[in-house]
Amino acid sequence: MPGGVVIAGAGQAGFQCAFSLRAEGYDGPITLVGEEPYLPYQRPPLSKGCLLGKQDLDDVGLRPAAFYETNRIELQMGRRIASIDRAERRVLLDGGGELGYDYLILATGSRNRLLPVANAILGGVFYLRTRDEAASLMDGLETARSVVVIGGGFIGLEVAAAVSSYGMNVVVVEPQARLMQRAVGPVVSAHHLDLHTRHGVRIALGAAPAEILGGGGGVVGVRLNTGETLPADLVVAGIGVIPQTELAEAAGLRVENGIAVDEYLRTEDDAIYAVGDCASYVSRFGGGRVRLQSVQNAVDQARCVAGGIAGAAKPYDAVPWFWTDQYDAKLQMAGLSNGFDTEVVRGEVESGQFSVLYFRGGTLLAIDSVNRPGDHMAGRKLLAGGSTLTADQAADGSFELKTAIPA
Amino acid sequence: MSLFNRKPEETMKVTYISHSGASQTVAVLVGESVMEGAVKNGIDGIVAECGGACLCATCHVYVDESWLSVLAPIAMDEEVMLGNTFAKREPNSRLSCQIIVSKELDRLIVRTPEAQN
Repeated sequence: MPGGVVIAGAGQAGFQCAFSLRAEGYDGPITLVGEEPYLPYQRPPLSKGCLLGKQDLDDVGLRPAAFYETNRIELQMGRRIASIDRAERRVLLDGGGELGYDYLILATGSRNRLLPVANAILGGVFYLRTRDEAASLMDGLETARSVVVIGGGFIGLEVAAAVSSYGMNVVVVEPQARLMQRAVGPVVSAHHLDLHTRHGVRIALGAAPAEILGGGGGVVGVRLNTGETLPADLVVAGIGVIPQTELAEAAGLRVENGIAVDEYLRTEDDAIYAVGDCASYVSRFGGGRVRLQSVQNAVDQARCVAGGIAGAAKPYDAVPWFWTDQYDAKLQMAGLSNGFDTEVVRGEVESGQFSVLYFRGGTLLAIDSVNRPGDHMAGRKLLAGGSTLTADQAADGSFELKTAIPA
Repeated sequence: MSLFNRKPEETMKVTYISHSGASQTVAVLVGESVMEGAVKNGIDGIVAECGGACLCATCHVYVDESWLSVLAPIAMDEEVMLGNTFAKREPNSRLSCQIIVSKELDRLIVRTPEAQN
């Protein structure tokens, strides 16, 4: 049975594994198996450029078909791996066939968390993670007038920003007390609440959907747990994702809020790695085991694993970073701010150009920047290690963050 | 009339010259970036890890001097990322994801650095 590397999942992480393996000089067979029928593509534009009409759905591909031929990357698109035979080092494909491997990389990603309310399967309720979902949503928006977005995280807010630009009524329903609660600090949440409000989007905090109201085969409204009913002819839910760990679990691999991997992103089976949305790892930035869903996490983890397989194994230690675009606000985050005890704002929040730095016990944890890309890049380097930046220095507007970056 | 506009079909020629001197001229749609033109046409010298969000500096190019004055000025986020390129930043350094192809840029010439990361 031929060996080589089999990559389960052809999203950003799976693609990058194949790309980086070749870049690192790996010469064996590489097979990329993906459930969706499309060549590997980028997800960020689906809720940004594509929804804004600036980018075509056909233009989100990571590389054209010729790239995979040139680089001898075998694509098995529209295929799903049904099970892993660890003893024989092979995977069995749904619908027949098997692939042997020297190394298996699980890049199985995540799937949408579904609305746990009555009538959530009515036509007119949309999600946004895949190309097909983006195409359906865009079709639905052509005739929509009132849109309810459930979930005030990145996806929900990016959708709200795009949809409001077409003049539709938009209400965002968020059960938590503030927007993007898991990702940013309260100052940024408040800034973005104001930003959306100024663009005519209503944000309903502390409210959850109780029922999707239907009529005439579609959606007519959303009843909230507060008793209020919002009229709607289209509902978009962006309420998080669930890591796809079933394949690993069935193979007896440890799952701990994601497929548990060590500092080299290996599972307890030396021949099996896990990367991206589906993997959990111990991070010095998270104070424990974390699972991150981002382009940075997918790309850097894939690169780490490719290095490990191609010969130069190094522990994974990349600074997590994220971004979201809403209206003209480019919000960039570096590090993980959970558990901070001190926050410092640089710049004026009202100006729409500011950063918030988060410290715990005097150590920099994270930095959120709105239209201050220089702060973000400095923050990434400061967080990479050796920074002596103090909260007092950060609070001093005349102090340049980059001067605290160790040489 | 759709909310989601289709792009114009007009294309312009862009020439990419690799570090080793190999030259490739391809047709890039008006409205697309020089980075997208490279990725779609299999130009190796451009990586574009972040997909054009001006966040990674892996689509760094050196723009042929004669074209510099025709390009839109460098915005703040591009300026920041140009300070983080893997290959040396030169006065003619740009991020190709921020160069949007227009009629004025027909026959643009860019050179790719030896490495992007």
